[in-house]
Amino acid sequence: MIIARLALQSLRNRWITVLLTILAISVSVMLLLGVEKVRSGARDSFAGTVSGADVIIGARSGGMQLLLYSVFRIGNATNNVTWRSYEDIVSRKEVAWAIPLSLGDSHRGYRVIGTTTDYFEHLKYRRGQTLKFEAGGPFDDLFDVVLGSEVASRLGYSLGDQITLAHGAGSIGSQHDDLPFRVSGILVRTGTPADKSLHVSLKAIEAIHVDWRSGSRIPGQVTSADRLRQMSLPPSAITAAIIGLKSRLQVISFQRAVNEYRAEPLSAVLPGLALQEMWALVGTAETALLGVSVMVVVTSMLGLSAMILSTLNERRREIAILRSLGARPRTIAALLVGEATLLTLAGIAIGTAALYAVLMVARPLIDRQFGIDIVIQLPSTTDAMLLLAILVGGILAGLLPAYNAYRTSLADGMMVRT
Amino acid sequence: MEAHALADAVNLRGVEYRWNTRNSFTLSIGAFQVPRGERLLLLGPSGSGKSTLLSLLTGIASAQAGSVEILGQPLNELHGSGRDQFRAEHFGIIFQMFNLLPYGSVIDNVLLPLNFAPARRARTVAAGGLESEARRLLTSLGLPGDIGRQKAATLSVGQQQRVAAARALIGSPEIIVADEPTSALDENRQQDFLDLLFDQVDASGATLIMVSHDRRLAQHFTRVVEFADILTVSKTEGSNR
Repeated sequence: MIIARLALQSLRNRWITVLLTILAISVSVMLLLGVEKVRSGARDSFAGTVSGADVIIGARSGGMQLLLYSVFRIGNATNNVTWRSYEDIVSRKEVAWAIPLSLGDSHRGYRVIGTTTDYFEHLKYRRGQTLKFEAGGPFDDLFDVVLGSEVASRLGYSLGDQITLAHGAGSIGSQHDDLPFRVSGILVRTGTPADKSLHVSLKAIEAIHVDWRSGSRIPGQVTSADRLRQMSLPPSAITAAIIGLKSRLQVISFQRAVNEYRAEPLSAVLPGLALQEMWALVGTAETALLGVSVMVVVTSMLGLSAMILSTLNERRREIAILRSLGARPRTIAALLVGEATLLTLAGIAIGTAALYAVLMVARPLIDRQFGIDIVIQLPSTTDAMLLLAILVGGILAGLLPAYNAYRTSLADGMMVRT
Repeated sequence: MEAHALADAVNLRGVEYRWNTRNSFTLSIGAFQVPRGERLLLLGPSGSGKSTLLSLLTGIASAQAGSVEILGQPLNELHGSGRDQFRAEHFGIIFQMFNLLPYGSVIDNVLLPLNFAPARRARTVAAGGLESEARRLLTSLGLPGDIGRQKAATLSVGQQQRVAAARALIGSPEIIVADEPTSALDENRQQDFLDLLFDQVDASGATLIMVSHDRRLAQHFTRVVEFADILTVSKTEGSNR
């Protein structure tokens, strides 16, 4: 059709402004989709970290706090769970597996976790993957330590290296320097807090504290490593435990049993629910981010509208010619709306393609830096809705110049008055 | 259309048109007829209401009073888009200059009106096909045969006017309106252009209404009318601003 071809030629005639307008739209599309991708990527990442766990138990506290310190290793526990209570609870028949966690020591800013080898067997992340070893294996000897991938790579440790742990979370706390640990294994990258953790046995946590009381060294008392190996050292308390049940249907009754546990005040949280609580909290920031990107989109739409409006003056002649040939004012308006729609579509296509290209390149970087794996897949329904909204915005942006041209074409007729 | 086969090309009676601008002027035409097949020259200085008259004839502007009949069709019986369609089917219009869409090819410019005029399009197809009809008109207006693919903006003013004439003539509309079509051309080219235009108008049997301030053109026309003799422009009473 000639009129469509002429409309395209008219665009080509103004290609610089057209190109810049399309670029502005595509950048805004990239931003909006990108924010959405990162947002859902972050959610998936967090959800992936707790993917296998049915219940997390710890001392009585808020569900979110328990989730944060036990799984994400953010913040500190207010209290411990006695070993006896732990054993009592995990001996219940609903429990399929349990991973005790004992927190409190650190190594150069990275947390040390006392646990059992169940950690490597049962902890699931990202769609049910289990932890794998890049090198070595689980701790075997009392003074073996398994490193998360980031700990190993950042601090440059390899299998067999000797390291010492510090008391407390600070990097310059008092050192357990008399009892060095040997790196027995290094985990594969997971994008979860396991990457930033050092794992030792529960007994090791007890062992390095044999000569300590109330956070400081007992003067003059030194127990040798070999002597410690022979001691039985049952753990007295743990910080939290991640528990898997035989059936998901038992989650609620199990949770109630833990919450009503008589011997000491405990909390059981469902990680999914606690996460939702957390998203509700950070939702404000997300909304703000989304709001900013929406504003950028609106700006680009205004730019589109302004671009078409600004060409109207030089196109009055063009419009008058079309009118004289019998084009209706409606046709003229439709041409301009069509132009806005076409540019928006081009912007959406380029922006989406560019975003995918950037994600393709940046995915490993983002994963390494922030532990957020942005899965590259076809646009989700949310993405599609966003793109549709942008398209509608583009059409709306074309309406103002179209209306203007409609009025002008009626007033000018076929003679341009300038 | 058959019933109106013998009606005048243009028949105006008691037409009044008021501009909706700051100064309220009213244009009045008592009676004005153009029989079919006439070659009419309307003479008058610019600002004498020429463009308004052409807008009224072609249905872009509509009169507040009186009747405007084109080819027997009273324009006030048609709605806005009906008038646009009527104009597309029955008028070929040539402006003083800047007739063409500069970024389009010559052939697209010539064929453009057929987009809005199905009957004209059908006639063109019947006459030998869109492109070949366009090429025939372009060559008979003295343009090189291979000019069709060129961008309109690359043409000289004289060539552009000829392309505009081809566009007005394609599909043989009944009335050709030309608004000072030669004023941008030098004298030799004016004569060439008019000769070629007249040949084609005669060949298609169209009525030609040309507006000009140039009295020397009078000899080429079957009738010459002074604007001042058919219309008056007066200030609307009671409004000075």
